[in-house]
Amino acid sequence: MTLVDTLRTSFKTVMSYHIRSLLIILAMALGVGAVIVLTALGDGARNYIINQFSSIGTHLLVVLPGRAETSGSFLGAVLGQTPRDLTLKDAQLLGRLPQIRRYAPLNVGAAELSAANRLREVTVLGSTANLIPIRHMKLAQGNFLMHGTERNAQIVLGAKIAREFFPRSQAVGQRVRLGDSRFLVSGVLASQGETMGFNTDEIVIIPIDYAQTMFNTTSLFRILIEAKSHSDIEPAKQAILAVLRQSHDGEDDTTVITQDAILNTFDRILHALTLAVAGIAAISLIVAGILVMNVMLVAVTQRTAEIGLLKAIGATSTDIRRLFLAEAVWLSVVGAVLGLLLGQLGSLLIRLAYPQLPAWAPSWASIAAITVALLAGILASMLPASKAARMDAINALNKK
Amino acid sequence: MGDQAVCALNNINLHIASGEYVSIMGPSGSGKSTLLNIIGLLDKPNSGRYELDEKLVTNLSETEQAKIRREKIGFVFQSFHLVPRLTAAENIELPLILSGVPPEQRQIRVNEALQAFELKQRALHRPAELSGGQRQRVAIARATIMQPSVILADEPTGNLDHQIGAEVMSLLEDLHHRGTTLIVVTHDRELGGRAHRQIGMRDGGILMDQSDDTG
Repeated sequence: MTLVDTLRTSFKTVMSYHIRSLLIILAMALGVGAVIVLTALGDGARNYIINQFSSIGTHLLVVLPGRAETSGSFLGAVLGQTPRDLTLKDAQLLGRLPQIRRYAPLNVGAAELSAANRLREVTVLGSTANLIPIRHMKLAQGNFLMHGTERNAQIVLGAKIAREFFPRSQAVGQRVRLGDSRFLVSGVLASQGETMGFNTDEIVIIPIDYAQTMFNTTSLFRILIEAKSHSDIEPAKQAILAVLRQSHDGEDDTTVITQDAILNTFDRILHALTLAVAGIAAISLIVAGILVMNVMLVAVTQRTAEIGLLKAIGATSTDIRRLFLAEAVWLSVVGAVLGLLLGQLGSLLIRLAYPQLPAWAPSWASIAAITVALLAGILASMLPASKAARMDAINALNKK
Repeated sequence: MGDQAVCALNNINLHIASGEYVSIMGPSGSGKSTLLNIIGLLDKPNSGRYELDEKLVTNLSETEQAKIRREKIGFVFQSFHLVPRLTAAENIELPLILSGVPPEQRQIRVNEALQAFELKQRALHRPAELSGGQRQRVAIARATIMQPSVILADEPTGNLDHQIGAEVMSLLEDLHHRGTTLIVVTHDRELGGRAHRQIGMRDGGILMDQSDDTG
C-alpha cells in the first residue's frame, strides 16, 4: 500500500466518522489555541512592561541613599531612613565622571498649588533641566527650566495640571503660587499618561534649590544618571560607587540600580511566567492525546471485522498499523492547524480589546504547541494501531 | 481456550489441481473452515506441508503470505464482509489499493468489474443500501479484481435465499469456467453436489473424496 493511498484511505475514514473526528480535532485545537493565546498574553505582558520600563530612560542609572547591608533592610533605603544623605555636592561630583553623559538630582514632595482662584495639592519634583532628556519627557509648550537657572523661580506644569488651572488660556507666562512661593510657568509637559505607576501629567517641576528650600532638606531623594553608552553602564556604576565611597568617608552607603539589571530581572521573571502558563496549557494537549488513544482503541474494537477482512485480502500488519497511525496524524494535524488559527484569532481579539498590550504569540510557542499536539496524537495512537496490527485475521473476521 | 486441546484437522492429504471446482462439505466442527483457512493462508498447520503453485508456503513470513493472499487468492465469505462506510466501487477497489495499483488503472479495473457483475447502477451505494445478492456480487467482484488463481468461498450462499443463492453460484461457476480454481465450503449437499469434485469431512479428517467424470 503506497503512502499516498494510506493517507487517502485514512482521510476518508476520518471523514466518515465526522462527529467523533470533530470532537478530537476540537480537543486538539483548544489545547493548541490555549497554548498560543496564553503565551501571547504572557509575552505581551512582558513586552508591555519592558517597553514601559525602557520608556523612562536610556542607559539609565539610579543612585539612591543607603544600602541593604548598612540600613538593615532595603526598605530603609526606599523610605529614606539612611545613615548618610545624598547631596547636591555628590551629584556634581558624579557629573564629572567620564562615563556619564548627564545627571539630574531629584527631590520629591507635595505642596499646594494655587492660581486663577483654583487650589489643589500636587506632587512636586525638584530637579534640573537634564531631567527632561534623561526621563524621556516632552514639552507641549514653552521651555523647561533653563540650564543654570535652578535659582530662577520657574515652574513646569504637568499636562493635566495645566489644563485644570488654565483651561482657556496659555499656561506659559502665567504666575502661580506653590506653597509660599510664587513661580512663573515656563513650560507645560506633553501628556504621557502613566508609566510604571507614575503619572507625569499630574506633577509640577521646580528647580532643585527651590525644592530643597521648600521641603527644608539638603538631602536628595535620587540622582538619575544617563551613561554615555550601553557599554558604559557597568563602568559608570563602579565609578559612581567609588566616588560616593570616597565622598562618604570610605563607607559604602549608597545603592546604584541600573535600568538594564531591572529590565533583565523583569524579562527573566516574565519569561519564566510565560513558560509556566504555556506548560499548564500544554497539559490540555496531553489530555487530548489521551482522548485520541481512547477513541482509537474504541475504533479498533469497532472495526475488528474490517481489520480481519483487510488482512484476508492481503493487507500486512504494517499496512494496518500505518492506516491507524495515519488517522491519528490527520486528526492531530487538522486539530493543530485549527488550533493555530484559533490561537491567532484569540491573540488578535486580545490586541483589539487591549491595544496597549502587544499580545503576539512568539513563534517558538506556536511551533512547540503544534509539535506537542502532533507528538501526543501520534504517540497516543501507537498502542491502538499496534493492537490492530497484531490481530489474528480469523478471530477478527469471525467477530460480529 | 479450555484445558483440552482440540485437533481441528488431522492427517489431511489433499491435492487440488489448478482449475478444479471443489466443494468441501461436512457438519459444523468437521474442520472444513479450518482447512479453507489453511488453503487461504489465514491459518498455519501445526505440522505438515502446504504447497501452492508447487511452492512451499507454510513457512513464509507474514508479509510474503499477505502478498500471496493479495495476488493469488480471492475470498468470498458467508457474511460478505464489506466495509460499511465504503461504496460498492470502493469496496471492490480495496485489493487494488493494497497492491499499490495506480489510481487510473484502479478506476478502469473497478469499472470493468462493476460492468461484469451488473453493479454499474449501484457503484456509489453503500452496503446497507444493497440487497443481499448485490452485496455478495460486490464481494465476488472484490475477490476477483486481482484475477487470483484460486477463489475460496466459505458458505457463499448461506445468507441468501434459494434463487439469489443459485445466481451467486452461477457467477462463481462462470469464474471457474474461465480457468480459476474454485473451492467452496458448504454444509448444503445440493450446493456441494454442483462441484466436480466433492470432499466430505468429519472430525477433522477427510471421509470422502469423489470426482465426477464430467469434471
